[in-house]
Amino acid sequence: MDSIIEYSPILIKGTITTIQLTLASAVLALTISFIVGLARFSRHRSVRAAAICYLEFFRGTSAIVQMFFMYYVLPLMGVHFSPLTAGILACGCNLGSYGSEVVRGAIQSVSRGQHEAALALNYTTYQRYRYVLIPQAIPVMIPTFSNLLIELMKLTAVASLITISDLTFMAQIIRVQTALTLEPFLVILVIYFIIATLLVQFTKLVERKFSKGRQVVSDGGR
Amino acid sequence: MEWSWTVVEAVLPKLAQGLIVTIQATFVGAFLAYVLGLGLALLKMSKIKVVAWISYWLGEFVRRTPLLVQLYFLFYVLPDLGIFLSPFVAGVIGLGVHFSAYTSEVYRAGIENVPKGQWEASRALNYNSYQTMRFVILPQSIPPMIPPLANYLITMFKETPLLSAITVIELFNAANIYSNSHYKYLEPMTLVGLFFLIVSVPSAYFAMRLEKHFKPKSMRG
Repeated sequence: MDSIIEYSPILIKGTITTIQLTLASAVLALTISFIVGLARFSRHRSVRAAAICYLEFFRGTSAIVQMFFMYYVLPLMGVHFSPLTAGILACGCNLGSYGSEVVRGAIQSVSRGQHEAALALNYTTYQRYRYVLIPQAIPVMIPTFSNLLIELMKLTAVASLITISDLTFMAQIIRVQTALTLEPFLVILVIYFIIATLLVQFTKLVERKFSKGRQVVSDGGR
Repeated sequence: MEWSWTVVEAVLPKLAQGLIVTIQATFVGAFLAYVLGLGLALLKMSKIKVVAWISYWLGEFVRRTPLLVQLYFLFYVLPDLGIFLSPFVAGVIGLGVHFSAYTSEVYRAGIENVPKGQWEASRALNYNSYQTMRFVILPQSIPPMIPPLANYLITMFKETPLLSAITVIELFNAANIYSNSHYKYLEPMTLVGLFFLIVSVPSAYFAMRLEKHFKPKSMRG
């Protein structure tokens, strides 16, 4: 156990990298979720088709294959990414595809009457989504997004395979240097668990904030 | 960067062998996940509070930590404790244990979603607990469980490349080994991606059909 304490600086560094990777790819994934999810409602067939292609491609192939593709194959075509960029892109694009389905489903779950009311008020498409549909869809999205955030955090461990020095990578370094096995892996499992639990608590907070006002509105509307 | 068909020809047999390992790992892992998940679900619903609490947090721990690290744990730690597993067995156990945390939620939700009145009705009919489960609860709770369980099968299929990290030569690792020894990355990686698409897109479509099929009539839109 002594030697694992000796290695705590690199474990802390790994934890920071894991958190950075998680947050950066979460922002990317959220952006993609909304763009691709909303594109599914486009009036242009080509936009809808492009969104479906994106979804099926990133959901249908494995995240680790996407990551290796970005890191090893794209440079051969002249596109160079640093390991960290490749990791963020792969995690973000992969979870973005799952997220787009959440956005689509949540917007579809908003009742038809709301659609019609917005049309009756002569709202433009932008106004209809911005002021009527999306605000009501967000509370529906949050619980699923919470689960996806955990999936994303766990996916960042795979980025250690493309030489990003995150927690998992650090644990491997400790294993190689000290021949310890139980300690490093147990410690990082616990750290991952703590990060995930904090993320869950955070999304619960967000959920409460969003559902607060919502409850009053939906009760008043009935 | 030119696409070379000779490379494709050379790598395809290796990929086919890898695909077989991938499919084996998926199905054995899924079988484990379905069985362990049921056990975990029953423990979570236990009337003994301590058992329910411990099994809940055990499930959450498995679900909130990366499968890759769990695989490393099985692969590197267990031999030090005197338990020797082949990479494939360690990988399949890892997959099964990891996804049992997910399937247990499916079972639990399926059973708990049966309306309370159904339990009360079976009590009123003087059914014993076997009869209640066999004739009232399970027939109503199993159909909605099937689509999510099928979806986890697809998810597990897509997670199998992680087994390459513990030296299992499945589809992805077969491509990787070829790539590293011949310094050809484009064709093997693209083919692996293609293989995954070919399997998972139709199965996702099939799972969607299942979902429609098993939806309660009242919820059909």
